[in-house]
Amino acid sequence: MEELDGEPTVTLIPGVNSKKKQMCFDWGPGEMLVCETSFNKKEKSETAPNCPFIYIIWKDVDVYSHILRKLFNESHGIFVGLQRIEEELTGKSRKAQLVRVSKNYRSVIRACMEEMHQFAIAAKDPASGRQFSSQVSILSAMELIWNLCEILFIEVAPAGPLLLHLLDWVRLHVCEVDSLSADVLGSENPSKHESFWNLPGNTQTLTELELKWQHWREECERHLQDGTFASSPRLESLCKIMLGDEAALLEQKELLSNWYHFLVTRLLYSHPTVKPIDLHFYAQSSLDMFLGGESSPEPLDNILMAAFEFDIHQVIKECSIALSNWWFVAHLTDLLDHCRLLQAHNLYFGSNMREFLLLEYASGLFAHHSLWQLGVDYFDYCPELGRVSLELHIERIPLNTERKALKVLRICEQRQMTEQVRSICKILAMKAVRNNRLGSALSWSIRAKDAAFATLVSDRFLRDYCERGCFSDLDLIDNLGPAMMLSDRLTFLGKYREFHRLYGEKRFGDAASLLLSLMTSQIAPRSFWMTLLTDALPLLEQKQVIFSAEQTYELMRCLEDLTSGKPERADPDAQRLQDDDIETTKVEMLRLALARNLARAIIREGSLEGS
Amino acid sequence: MFVARSIAADHKDLIHDVSFDFHGRRMATCSSDQSVKVWDKSESGDWHCTASWKTHSGSVWRVTWAHPEFGQVLASCSFDRTAAVWEEIVGESNDKLRGQSHWVKRTTLVDSRTSVTDVKFAPKHMGLMLATCSADGVVRIYEAPDVMNLSQWSLQHEISCKLSCSCISWNPSSSRAHSPMIAVGSDDSSPNAMAKVQIFEYNENTRKYAKAETLMTVTDPVHDIAFAPNLGRSFHILAIATKDVRIFTLKPVRKELTSSGGPTKFEIHIVAQFDNHNSQVWRVSWNITGTVLASSGDDGCVRLWKANYMDNWKCTGILKGNGSPVSGSSQQGNSNPSLGSTTPSLQNSLNGSSASRYFFPPLDSPRAGSRWSSYAQLLPPPPPPPPLLEPSCDADTANLQYPHPRRRSLSRPLNPLPENEGV
Repeated sequence: MEELDGEPTVTLIPGVNSKKKQMCFDWGPGEMLVCETSFNKKEKSETAPNCPFIYIIWKDVDVYSHILRKLFNESHGIFVGLQRIEEELTGKSRKAQLVRVSKNYRSVIRACMEEMHQFAIAAKDPASGRQFSSQVSILSAMELIWNLCEILFIEVAPAGPLLLHLLDWVRLHVCEVDSLSADVLGSENPSKHESFWNLPGNTQTLTELELKWQHWREECERHLQDGTFASSPRLESLCKIMLGDEAALLEQKELLSNWYHFLVTRLLYSHPTVKPIDLHFYAQSSLDMFLGGESSPEPLDNILMAAFEFDIHQVIKECSIALSNWWFVAHLTDLLDHCRLLQAHNLYFGSNMREFLLLEYASGLFAHHSLWQLGVDYFDYCPELGRVSLELHIERIPLNTERKALKVLRICEQRQMTEQVRSICKILAMKAVRNNRLGSALSWSIRAKDAAFATLVSDRFLRDYCERGCFSDLDLIDNLGPAMMLSDRLTFLGKYREFHRLYGEKRFGDAASLLLSLMTSQIAPRSFWMTLLTDALPLLEQKQVIFSAEQTYELMRCLEDLTSGKPERADPDAQRLQDDDIETTKVEMLRLALARNLARAIIREGSLEGS
Repeated sequence: MFVARSIAADHKDLIHDVSFDFHGRRMATCSSDQSVKVWDKSESGDWHCTASWKTHSGSVWRVTWAHPEFGQVLASCSFDRTAAVWEEIVGESNDKLRGQSHWVKRTTLVDSRTSVTDVKFAPKHMGLMLATCSADGVVRIYEAPDVMNLSQWSLQHEISCKLSCSCISWNPSSSRAHSPMIAVGSDDSSPNAMAKVQIFEYNENTRKYAKAETLMTVTDPVHDIAFAPNLGRSFHILAIATKDVRIFTLKPVRKELTSSGGPTKFEIHIVAQFDNHNSQVWRVSWNITGTVLASSGDDGCVRLWKANYMDNWKCTGILKGNGSPVSGSSQQGNSNPSLGSTTPSLQNSLNGSSASRYFFPPLDSPRAGSRWSSYAQLLPPPPPPPPLLEPSCDADTANLQYPHPRRRSLSRPLNPLPENEGV
């Protein structure tokens, strides 16, 4: 991932010598192409290169992890739920909700960590085992940081309960190791003291607790001064520890797995009612004492320290530098933003930062062939650039199957992304035409409301009909409905097919009027008139009179229109002569049939009027 | 970022351009061997060359895909002074059975008298249009009025730039507020210090392209130029590859303030300028959302530039050759990187090679001294979170036992991370 700050990440391309050559590249929707080239040589190169390679570069590796996929899937549900938390909810109920959401996120991390751990144990080769283990430790770190942020920023525990939470935090993440240490650790096992100081939240006031605690402490001190435990150095050390003696604690450094364990232990015995505002002071001194100048803080230490300093921005910044994907920072920042902390902390880019991180995370999901569907919801909740980002990403989703295409279309339609809908339908229509699937092409162009393309496809249908004498995709054409109005040619196609249906149903009168109206209303392209007139032939030849005298006149006019408009052809070749021959015969037959029909119609109409 | 796959290109000479199609499922390569190759990605993620054919009688500089709304269409340009348009034919032949596709030349654009240095399809809302530029200093814009008949292209505009042209970029904005616009770069290296980037805008009234702006500050040869995707902004962002990477914003000055009918005037600001490539920069290109700019330079690296939420541009990533000779089979890589052994470990791949960036050592690595290992040993159950939305997530972690690495030793400093092992 590209971090917010810090040094650029370096990705090495094997087999490319950057000292001698350059690289050409291209962006894809989810991947990048890189290839060795030489830009300075503009002419033919003197020496042929040794079989250059093309490299496919992936941006976000985590998207492809099966186990992390669960993290993405399940946290998506929590994220969407969080966005729907009633804005009106205030005070305690809102806070309780947000704490619950935070815990849900953490339990998802834990579940994922557990599964990853199982894989690490079951891993057959050491390399993949190592990889799983490293992911376990990353997830574990995420949970540790998240938990601390939850206590400090979301729970906002006051003095007293604050230490309680910190104790839970340490207990959750630092483990008693073996029986030997458990003996000694017993002295600092918080559970022994819990009953003693667990009360303030309920029955005692903080001052009462302070008083009692001071009393107990003085007693301890007296015992120490009196040399009560002088006979046993261990008991004496224990007593010192209970008084919060830092030197005594640090003597047991090996049992304190890390500085924050030391910090909480120290606070427990010396400042159980530590105020949030004083935390950073104790944290910093604990870190300094614990490391003792022997080693320097690691990124995790810096993150935790930033949290103890209540510097949210620093926490997020350090996390995005250190963590391997945008998942953590995006979700944590979003949650903190819902706690209205980013504004409160006077970051003028506060909500920008939330959106920035969510956009990064969602874009990463779009690199994956199925996770992109989660990304859609994240974009939805980015008010500024979410929509335009979604537009750019979603139109790039490969439409390999109809099902996938329909899914993408539904998402676009739900969001009134008309241009994307049009474009996707157009792409599919073009693909169908190229593969000669006319029915599919037509329905996609109707969906795209692409009149020009509908005309083009309709022409193909008509051309096919002229060649084969039958229509394909009857279902579609018969059920065009109002979509028929998209283009004149499509209307004609629909109406022409209707003519065939009427004819098939032996509703000759209706069929005849329709046929004629197709020509007189100019819906039928002139190139198709001869076909239509030829279609009229069998109707003219029926026993009963179908075309009235007036209709017959109209038909004759159409035929004359068509034949008189024909330009004289110079230099006719043999084929054309033959075609003309057929044409002439056709026209002659039509004229004959029309004349006969006219005669019959006049007689019939005359006799009917006479009767 | 990491290398997921490498594919033997099998071109007989230098490759000059690689190009993804719109969906990233196909790619095209072109080379000094005068051919273009098309590659298709299978369902399993493998890439196969499905077509390879001789396209020109000189080096092929650039190859580019038309938007899929226009079908499967490629354009190429060459030292042989021509550009060409190619279309894939869906044949009933047995090509398909052999996994091969068939491409036919639809047109050859022969108007240039010198090498055609760049070719770009216009944004799709303009229809099927194509711009070329050439060493003789002319930008030509062609149009195929009938998208079903790609053999007919008409030369719509010839724009004289007075300087040998090396690159063009269409402004992708489809906003009605923005007229069609094309930026042209010149790599003319004659000593006269003329401005090397010109921007032309289409004028609806005259139906001609007129010069809207010249970037006076860019006087060194320009090798590539790229407008960023617009994202609904009122202004434009333009990246330029010259002796360094530069990013400009072009804010249209309100029309009523300019003489009516004339081309739009812009307020031009440089927002970033980076000389990290140390020398000439040859290519610049934006990712699909315009959030990351990639540049390639004489230092042999591809660098990625990104603005953070405060609009500060920074180099966030570097792709760099490791210098070792090529070896191995044609298609390497692993479809399952997180689990595979050929891919770098998570930290390495994502945090780069610098030792100071080392963050999470693996649990049972030799670096057991790290403080990280200590809390991942034995995890007591978390306080049960009351299920709110995802009750199924509340996995019981009570019995989670982690292997117990040796405890930390405080005095041991961190070992430096071996540079990107396993890449």
